[in-house]
Amino acid sequence: MSAKTLYDKLWDAHVVRSEDDGTALLYIDRHLVHEVTSPQAFEGLRIAGRKPWRADSVMAVPDHNVPTTDRSAGIEDPVARLQVQTLDNNCQEFGLNEFVMSDIRQGIVHVIGPEQGATLPGMTVVCGDSHTSTHGAFGALAFGIGTSEVEHVLATQCLLQNKSKNMLVSVDGKAADGVTAKDIVLAVIGKIGTAGGTGYAIEFGGEAIHALSMEGRMTVCNMAIEAGARAGMVAADATTIDYVKGRPYAPKAELWDQAVAEWQDLHSDSGAKFDKEIHLDAAAIRPQVTWGTSPEMVVAIDDVVPDPDQESDSVKAEGMRKALAYMDLKAGTPIKDIAVDKVFIGSCTNSRIEDLRAAAKVAAGKQVAANVKLEMVVPGSGLVKQQAEKEGLDKVFLAAGFEWREPGCSMCLAMNADRLEPGERCASTSNRNFEGRQGAGGRTHLVSPALAAAAAIAGHFADID
Amino acid sequence: MQAFTQHTGIVAPMDRANVDTDAIIPKQFLKSIKRTGFGPNAFDDWRYLDKGGPDIDNATRRPNPDFVLNQPPFDKATILVARENFGCGSSREHAVWALEDFGFRAVLAPSFADIFFNNSFKNGLLPIVLDAEIIYAIFKAVTQKPGFEITIDLQSQTITMEGHTPVKFEVDAFRKHCLLHGLDDIALTLQHADEISAYEKKRSQQAPWLFS
Repeated sequence: MSAKTLYDKLWDAHVVRSEDDGTALLYIDRHLVHEVTSPQAFEGLRIAGRKPWRADSVMAVPDHNVPTTDRSAGIEDPVARLQVQTLDNNCQEFGLNEFVMSDIRQGIVHVIGPEQGATLPGMTVVCGDSHTSTHGAFGALAFGIGTSEVEHVLATQCLLQNKSKNMLVSVDGKAADGVTAKDIVLAVIGKIGTAGGTGYAIEFGGEAIHALSMEGRMTVCNMAIEAGARAGMVAADATTIDYVKGRPYAPKAELWDQAVAEWQDLHSDSGAKFDKEIHLDAAAIRPQVTWGTSPEMVVAIDDVVPDPDQESDSVKAEGMRKALAYMDLKAGTPIKDIAVDKVFIGSCTNSRIEDLRAAAKVAAGKQVAANVKLEMVVPGSGLVKQQAEKEGLDKVFLAAGFEWREPGCSMCLAMNADRLEPGERCASTSNRNFEGRQGAGGRTHLVSPALAAAAAIAGHFADID
Repeated sequence: MQAFTQHTGIVAPMDRANVDTDAIIPKQFLKSIKRTGFGPNAFDDWRYLDKGGPDIDNATRRPNPDFVLNQPPFDKATILVARENFGCGSSREHAVWALEDFGFRAVLAPSFADIFFNNSFKNGLLPIVLDAEIIYAIFKAVTQKPGFEITIDLQSQTITMEGHTPVKFEVDAFRKHCLLHGLDDIALTLQHADEISAYEKKRSQQAPWLFS
């Protein structure tokens, strides 16, 4: 048998049938559902008189619209409230497992799937959300889908798919102290560009990736979509298995042993062919900060804002000029001279316990700068929040002047009340710095949790000691 | 789904790379539980000078006169031409619904983001990948002659336009079939229900923990 990549193995194990033109009907093991991209799908099922094919494969949670402040009075915005109620009603009507807003297990869909052990190695995982690539960290094939596909999976447990090409992104050697998973993935995007992975499934490998915790691997895979790849993945190993063991939805007893035996094969075979291979030297990666309106517009903390006049590609140069105008930045400005108005620590990229620990370490014993209007810490789930409080992290943040909020997507996309006002500048641990992403006219700089905390303390971007 | 066979229409130029789905339909409009009504808020941040929201009447707002889709004849455009990586970012199908609701039937670009590309086919919006030189020629023609029209024929996979030899484009056979006939692909998949059940039976023996 010829050598296969991890992606080839995951794909082959899930093909139900293949069409002549190469399209395959792919079986979906886990379907995560949230309130924004599902109402029209459920409505479609109702109109056609269809039922979910496998209700037990679904895990649903409201996350995009939920308030991160006191929830005892429910959701104030009537449109948002209706959308969350619609999810609750749909889950009841179709008999689907949902963690409602008041449940301690509620949180960002890409945090709770792994936290509950609902994301397992070897699975196919989909969700009506582009950051579903997160779950690939477990040696799973996970990708985001649109609402029509949400309906398709609900009705048939399958998706019609064309196989992507294989890309290996290998981060070789050891990363320096203070360089996090977020810095690694931003450096990757800076190198290959936001469309560099379009049409590919990316496997992240190399010593620096395998040295990462599961939280770190999730951060890396989460942003595969920011490089254009629907799916990112990391081979399963002991770190993966240790993380999954004992979680509520993970297999138990004999099934656990059987599963672990099967998961040993979830890596690319030696000699497997990739259509494209990218290598980065981990030691050369420094903490990263985006300066523009696309995640590929990224430099290191000790760099300056780049100059469009030095860019030879005219479409790119024009994009850079538009970005500088939107961001109100001048070429040549040192990144460390850029002051921030708000700081956001959270999102499906960086709201897990390890992220909060890293930010708290920087904030401990310090005070936020007077020029920063708001510093928010939004844990990824109720259980992350509980764990952080057990470790006293909430007290560290509160003492330093940060706000300690309830879990949800929050200011990553500003569907709830947490947002930037026009012209405000934010150091954010989220994943997208698009125009208006965190609020119309808002200016986003993507950074790691440690750098976000450092910016809150200094009032401008700063390296960590 | 609306079928797509042949279409002739005005081309609007959107001279930007990486047009993301947040730009196509900003987040405040995603709270809707319907599939329709997104057209008036397509490209909302670029299209209006003041703030918009689901509870704000667009008729009372100030349109941005510099935005291409506010300028005749492009306000009647049904084909959009753009630069690389169109539709990147969020998976929101609302972006496709907004473009369709505005009146677009096709988008032409040198490359598309995968999820947007997929979503388009599910809604009768045809995304066409063309070589950068052809995209360049279309931008040039549209700039020189606003109101420039092209004809897209899906059956023959051909684009015809004045002053240019007909251009062939690629499309997957299955997607083409569904689009030409406006087919519901869930019904097509359910024709293979027995095969799905057979797969589940086999898989649940190999990997029972996935079914417990």
